Amino acid sequence: MTRACLAALASHWRRNPLQSFAFLVGLALATALWSGVQAINAEARASYDAAVATLGDGQFDQILPRAGDRIAQQDFVTLRRAGWLVSPIIEGRLDGVRLLGFDPLSSPARFGVEGMAEAGDPDSFLSQGQLYATAETAQALGDGVTVLVEDTITPGIAVGDVGAVQQLLRRGDLSRLLVQPDQPLRRPALEDLAPHLRLQSASQSADVGELTESFHLNLTAFGLLSFAVGLFIVYSTIGLAFEQRRGMVRTLRALGVPLPHLITLMVAEVVALALVGAGIGVVLGYVIAALLLPDVAGTLRGLYGAEMAGTLQFRVSWWGSGMAIAVLGALAAAGGRLWQIARMPLLASARPRAWAMTLGNAQLVQGVGALGLLLCAGALAVWGSGLVAGFALLGCFLIGAALALPLLVRPVLALAEGTAKSPVARWFWADTRQQLPGLSLALMALLLAISANIGVATMVSSFRLTFVAFLDQRLAPELYVEAETAGQAAAIEAAAPRLGATALPLLVRDTQVAGQPTRLFGVRVGPTYRENWQFLAATPSAWDQVAAGTAAVANEQLARRAGLWIGDLVEVAPDRMLPLAAIVADYGNPRGQLVIGEALFQSLHPEVSARQFGLRTDDAATLRRALSDEVGIADSAITDQVALKAFSMSVFDRTFTVTAALNVLTLAVAGFAMLMCLLTLADLRVPQLAPVWALGLTRRRIGQLEVIRALVFAGVVCLFALPVGLGLAWVLLAIINVEAFGWRLPMYLFPADYARLGAYAILAAGTAAAWPAIRLMRVPPNALLKVFAHEH
Amino acid sequence: MTQADPALFLCGVQKTFAGADGPVRVLGGVDLTLAPGETLALTGESGSGKSTLLHIAGGLEVADAGTVRVAGHDLTGLSDSDRAVVRCRDVAVIFQQFNLIPSLNVADNIAFQARLAGRADMVLIGDLAARLGLSDQMRKYPEALSGGQQQRVAIARAIAARPQVLLADEPTGNLDESTAVQVLDQLLTLVADTGAALLLVTHSPTIAARMGRRLHLSRGVLA
Amino acid sequence: MSIRLVVFLLFWPVSVFAQGFAGLGTDAQGFEVPQAGPQFDFPADHGPHPDYRIEWWYLTANLTDVDGTPYGLQWTLFRTALAPGEDAGWASPQVWFAHAAVTTPQAHFATERFARGGVGVAGVQAEPFRAWIDEWAMEGPDFDTLTLTAQGPDFAYDMALQAQGPLVFHGQDGFSVKSAEGQASYYYSQPFYEIAGTLMLPDGPVEVTGNAWLDREWSSQPLSDNQSGWDWFSLSFDDGTNLMGFQLRQRDGTLYSASTWIEADGRTTAYPDGAFAAQPMTQSEVGGRDVPTTWQVQLPGRGVDVRVEALNTQAWMPLSIPYWEGPVVIEGSHTGVGYLEMTGYE
Repeated sequence: MTRACLAALASHWRRNPLQSFAFLVGLALATALWSGVQAINAEARASYDAAVATLGDGQFDQILPRAGDRIAQQDFVTLRRAGWLVSPIIEGRLDGVRLLGFDPLSSPARFGVEGMAEAGDPDSFLSQGQLYATAETAQALGDGVTVLVEDTITPGIAVGDVGAVQQLLRRGDLSRLLVQPDQPLRRPALEDLAPHLRLQSASQSADVGELTESFHLNLTAFGLLSFAVGLFIVYSTIGLAFEQRRGMVRTLRALGVPLPHLITLMVAEVVALALVGAGIGVVLGYVIAALLLPDVAGTLRGLYGAEMAGTLQFRVSWWGSGMAIAVLGALAAAGGRLWQIARMPLLASARPRAWAMTLGNAQLVQGVGALGLLLCAGALAVWGSGLVAGFALLGCFLIGAALALPLLVRPVLALAEGTAKSPVARWFWADTRQQLPGLSLALMALLLAISANIGVATMVSSFRLTFVAFLDQRLAPELYVEAETAGQAAAIEAAAPRLGATALPLLVRDTQVAGQPTRLFGVRVGPTYRENWQFLAATPSAWDQVAAGTAAVANEQLARRAGLWIGDLVEVAPDRMLPLAAIVADYGNPRGQLVIGEALFQSLHPEVSARQFGLRTDDAATLRRALSDEVGIADSAITDQVALKAFSMSVFDRTFTVTAALNVLTLAVAGFAMLMCLLTLADLRVPQLAPVWALGLTRRRIGQLEVIRALVFAGVVCLFALPVGLGLAWVLLAIINVEAFGWRLPMYLFPADYARLGAYAILAAGTAAAWPAIRLMRVPPNALLKVFAHEH
Repeated sequence: MTQADPALFLCGVQKTFAGADGPVRVLGGVDLTLAPGETLALTGESGSGKSTLLHIAGGLEVADAGTVRVAGHDLTGLSDSDRAVVRCRDVAVIFQQFNLIPSLNVADNIAFQARLAGRADMVLIGDLAARLGLSDQMRKYPEALSGGQQQRVAIARAIAARPQVLLADEPTGNLDESTAVQVLDQLLTLVADTGAALLLVTHSPTIAARMGRRLHLSRGVLA
Repeated sequence: MSIRLVVFLLFWPVSVFAQGFAGLGTDAQGFEVPQAGPQFDFPADHGPHPDYRIEWWYLTANLTDVDGTPYGLQWTLFRTALAPGEDAGWASPQVWFAHAAVTTPQAHFATERFARGGVGVAGVQAEPFRAWIDEWAMEGPDFDTLTLTAQGPDFAYDMALQAQGPLVFHGQDGFSVKSAEGQASYYYSQPFYEIAGTLMLPDGPVEVTGNAWLDREWSSQPLSDNQSGWDWFSLSFDDGTNLMGFQLRQRDGTLYSASTWIEADGRTTAYPDGAFAAQPMTQSEVGGRDVPTTWQVQLPGRGVDVRVEALNTQAWMPLSIPYWEGPVVIEGSHTGVGYLEMTGYE
């Protein structure tokens, strides 16, 4: 019995290859987008870890000089001879390239040794001064240096043996020592051995982590939305296939197949198809990820100043989740239909009235569902809290909007029909309205795709604008210097005017404000702050008040966590209450911050002296050299903020490449959904179009009208997608981001982008309609005639 | 089933449907016995309940009261699934709308119920197809067949399953007159050959006259 | 030890160790090759020979504490050269690595170190004698009077050694042939050290005394291609005589053996291939493989027929180059203690 039934069920897919194709490809595309994005995320995450490991920063304790940035080689020998298992690192610059020398024998870090080991010549690494770098970096180094091209090494860095790098830099000393995690039983204290050195324990850079997390959240949200679009395709194909097989199900039951048996077989059928589709999708996802990975790698590359591997691993985490979500998605899509089939009476004729009622109810149910979901979304927006509520809100809002779409489109079409004058136009609009139920799932998919694209584009672009402003604000001084000692700090302040620079000392102290761990800053208020800082909210003379010591500025994280806003009083020190004059956006930083004037800070915390300085200058390179040579500041203690800014921008440009590619893919998926719906409807269209043809419309004209109809639908959907997409962006920026990271991104609008997306969408719809329209144009006249002579 | 068992035995069968203006009594206590090999025409006006009676006999619907025994199986109190098994093994139904499986070709359609019952006999099927003039149509799909041909496929499917009871609901109702006569002839010949009992619902006195016995159903009661 | 470093190391000539521990590159490649009839020059020859590819200072000791509990101790410094000769600073082609271990009847502690030559972290000088890597050292005014120290994350030791007899030379006056094809090394030993000192173990310090055996060997040539590993025995009998014997296992199932009989006064007799025989008796599972830990050892020419049994079968050295090395107890025609080293049991 099982075999006969399965053969009958399977014969449907064989006889309707287009439906099978739509099902498999729909699911494959959905899975592909999801697993592709997951693959990129997984790869990127793994690569951060590898990158952190590569440089040894943050992974191992390090020994650094208390002053300057050099350690005598004898110190290394002394430490080793005393039982300290340390490994030497020398760093320096040559032709703008960062040279990193290490000793592979004693190093706990990997430094891309992997590639070198594969290259297979450690002999030349140790004894022949061989350097390893990417092709680009090698070029920058010029001909004087032998460089072996090795793509796994961080761009801008050339790695070599400590001896070779010493020779290139004409130095006999070291920069720092990595400390092995396992140390022997007996070891003298570092202070006794080398009092001029200090031990710095491993730490991770939280700021960068937050930013990259944000990037991942973007990608994940995008992957999820794309998957939803793909599921709509699956839902519509399953709906169609099950609808068409209603009769078959009845016949099977009448011929004696027990219902539970039949349902079980149909579930198995869906799971089997889903596995095939998802399998194809995982492979496609791998291809997508492999194609996008170089861009993502580029995006994330420099965040740690370290390269991520350009190759993709087949990780269970992403292909497994892709398969699982595809099967669950397909079952969810089939669930409703199976439920209907399970409840369907064996004999259709028995209760015709009940069925009519059910059909009439469908629209009402859909309307009620849409309204319920949208109300739910509204309630979550107002009262919800937490990331889960944020995503639930996203889901309710999108599905609600999609369900509401056909109900909203119908009156628009009715209105058009009412205003149409010519008989052909009236027929066109009436016929369009008639097509609505058949196309509504495709239209919903299109709506989701366009909205998702609008939403994500808005989010990414808003993020970029905000971030640029933030970078301008925070990285305004050209150089940023951290002094090792109070003496150095004084020297920096003294030297700055002489070197034609303005020093902006930054006083820092960790404290508690309103019960929140907070970093208190004392700043020298000047044009740099006044011109570059953009506030989320501020009183008119905020900086004047800060300079006068009568007000403070809080970052958004602190303000939100402590529930403070403009005008609220904060206790900056015991018994010292100040009102908040402004709230400043502070992205990618988990900590609360409070900014007060330099003078007030000094009076509150006289024991704290400035160790960090922003330096404004016209010639950063000269100033940097002067600080190193004349003031003796370690090169590693000076940050070139102009370069940092440029780098950050390049990161975002990479983000755009990825986003744009995903935009095109989602629209393609939606276009495919539309094509599938139109193709399945095309066969049903023949009897509907035959009378119009008989009444004098040419087949060519009918075909043109079919394409126009698709364009009209796409246009109307675009109109509805705009508010939905903006709503989506708002949820992402104002709710999800706040819940995830504690800061809200201001939302900017990008009409040109939306117009472009709309044009793409209409193009996708037109393309999708073209093929069925051409098929209709080529229907032979006798097929149309047969409609009238059809035997009943 | 023993020799003495009737192929079909209905006793005091009642059925009421919910209607727009309250409950509608469709069958009001029907008694009916059909011996193996016997052919019986059930006639009646539209809405007289003859189709409902046939459905109950086939286990497609459940009687509100009364006893239904098909080929020795008491359907009373059987679950949906158990009734389906009886239907599959011992009963075959020929519908007015043919109810073929559109995605299977003629050969597979004919073999279908026999396969469900686990007793497909390809020689018998080939023989049936030949006798019904379907031999050239075996690879075609139902949509390519005329109504008469489709009903012949349905008849072949029913006979190929080798049921003890054949139920036919207006089998020629969708066919033109001359086709109808041909199809009926073929059906009766095959039934006679197999020795199955046939209960045939029709509103046509001409067709009813071809059956061994006739019963008229009026307002849910046999006359 | 990171796995990367292991991979890295395996590309080096050092990897030859993993096969047979005679540690000799595929061919001499510009290195000096041991020649028959060596003329040693002491104390200079206690120092390094950078023109040879591989060299070691290999000390093992059988110890007991005041309760009579037996212990084993190992201290080994290896030198391997990427190229012949010496150069200053990081450019030195000499690479040093060292193994240290302590074996008790219940436990086995082992650790290793790696260092580059040229910068002062590791090296050997002949006079006054000093061999060191990081804080590990074997040093003294001369080769007869030494102190010894090493440590790992979970153990340490500080020992003092005093030689009670002369150096002994293996093979033909210190020219030790390792295969029928003629691969050879320079090889001499000091088997007569008295040793005393302190072991730092997880349960606390233990005062120990006993005897130590120091091997010196250097060469540039590989084991024969068909040799897969070796079993090396240094046996100190209670009557004051000693026996050094090794057999190289060949892939065709045959063995190549050599041995030296050492009288209590240091006089030696070298025995050719086949005289010394060692039969594995029982296997123990250690470090995930089966290793023979009881042997029947015979040197018929001296009436030696003894059962050699590991003090602790789990004396596996789980280092970059894994092998088995531990103290043994001797019973049979002779009694005593000794050390057993087995390589190539992968």
